[in-house]
Amino acid sequence: MPSPRYTRENPQRLHLEAAKCTKCGKISFPPRLLCPNCKGKEFQKVQLADEGKIVTYTVVRVASRAFSMETPYVVGIVELNDGVRLTTQIVDCAPEDVTIGKPVKLVFRRVQQEGNSGILEYGYKCRLV
Amino acid sequence: MRDVAVIGVGMTKFGELWGKSLRDIFVEAALAAIADAKVDHIDSMYVGNMSSGLFVEQEHLGAVLADYLGMGPIPATKVESACASGGAAFRQAVLEVASGASDIVLAGGVEKMTDSFDATAVLATAADQEYEAYYGVTFPALYAMIANAHMHRYGTTREQLAMVAVKNHENGSKNPNAQFRSLITIDDVLNSAPVADPLRLLDCSPVTDGAAAVIVCPMEIARQYTNSPVKVIASSQASDTIALHSRDDVTTLRAVAKAAERAYSMAGLKPENIDLAEVHDCFTIAEIVVTEDLGFFEKGSGGKAVELGWTQREGGKIPINTSGGLKSKGHPVGATGIAQIIELYEQLTGRAGERQVKDAHIGLAQNMGGSGASCVIHILQSV
Repeated sequence: MPSPRYTRENPQRLHLEAAKCTKCGKISFPPRLLCPNCKGKEFQKVQLADEGKIVTYTVVRVASRAFSMETPYVVGIVELNDGVRLTTQIVDCAPEDVTIGKPVKLVFRRVQQEGNSGILEYGYKCRLV
Repeated sequence: MRDVAVIGVGMTKFGELWGKSLRDIFVEAALAAIADAKVDHIDSMYVGNMSSGLFVEQEHLGAVLADYLGMGPIPATKVESACASGGAAFRQAVLEVASGASDIVLAGGVEKMTDSFDATAVLATAADQEYEAYYGVTFPALYAMIANAHMHRYGTTREQLAMVAVKNHENGSKNPNAQFRSLITIDDVLNSAPVADPLRLLDCSPVTDGAAAVIVCPMEIARQYTNSPVKVIASSQASDTIALHSRDDVTTLRAVAKAAERAYSMAGLKPENIDLAEVHDCFTIAEIVVTEDLGFFEKGSGGKAVELGWTQREGGKIPINTSGGLKSKGHPVGATGIAQIIELYEQLTGRAGERQVKDAHIGLAQNMGGSGASCVIHILQSV
């Protein structure tokens, strides 16, 4: 990944920075320039809730090259307590322990590594509570 | 706007075409369509293609392919909407003819996938690269998450998913252009290699090379070229959020429902008026969800409909994917939307051979990109 992009996305990946529309209150993650709900253009910076529940998930058995050493791994869509949904890996558990509706907590983890000596790329994953 | 007709079609065999290049297969399909339509020229050309830049490191496909087709000076443009690129290219051709800007337009689609070393990564670019693919999501994973949610909410079963693949292979076994013409059983699907739970290898459309092309012209001059033109009675397109997680309900594809609503309204038809449909079964669950969102079956009952045989070619309520669908015919991404139009054309003109549906007059093609973020729908009618 080009390093400007990695740097640019750090506030979201590392600090869960989101944008709350000052007009309608909808939280956009990642932040947007235009609120998809009311077209508002003014936002307040907020941090996402770090707990939520699993909306749906899958166990990836065949991955792209970047993740092929990690299979099988669980990815899912999580709805956080503030209503925001995001896609994340569900870690520190056996795949068979994951079910729809289970509570989870976001944690800080390494996500990818660019080659053998490239930059380490961090972000959020989640674990079962 | 003028009425538009399809007057000729052509495609390559779909499969692993190691000996042929992207430009070879496109020219093969385009020449076949031009010969079928008996036109002596084309005014303009659109090429549906998802990712030639990543698959074979060649962009600027409009110019490349017009050059190799010997059509040098005509306007030629690549159209990209991920896996809906072919349908979107067809739509551009239809709109160009309808507007009066051109008379004879070629709509083609092509994808050369087997030259690539990491097709999974290329296909993942149709998802949200920054907030889905970054975390290890693959395309099968996105549809697997839809499948798990659908099974959880509606009780759709693992066997019902398999039945979609079994049916489509049976249809594809009768399609000489299909990549996989083998018959398979439910057990074959359930015992195939796991890809992203609950989806297995035989739930997934394959990596395919292939090209397809059709010729469209104004309805008023169509009979100069053929005795059996097929009229385009609706063309619609809709979009949804790029990330699956941004949607309130992951068991429905809003872009499909929205495009369908527009298409039915344009054609003055209801779902029950459709005689057969080619739908985007990139994964078995996709066919189930799409047939619900097209209004063929109640929400949540798509799995049951397959189990009851309602989507079969013979004896079904509405035959779905008589060509074999993406599953059996193959899914050369950019060519898929055009190949769907070709199947409808052949069915509506009575040229579908062993897989001919009796009394087929109105057909619907549904082509989508990503996890349903783009959807293109066309309705065709024999005249």
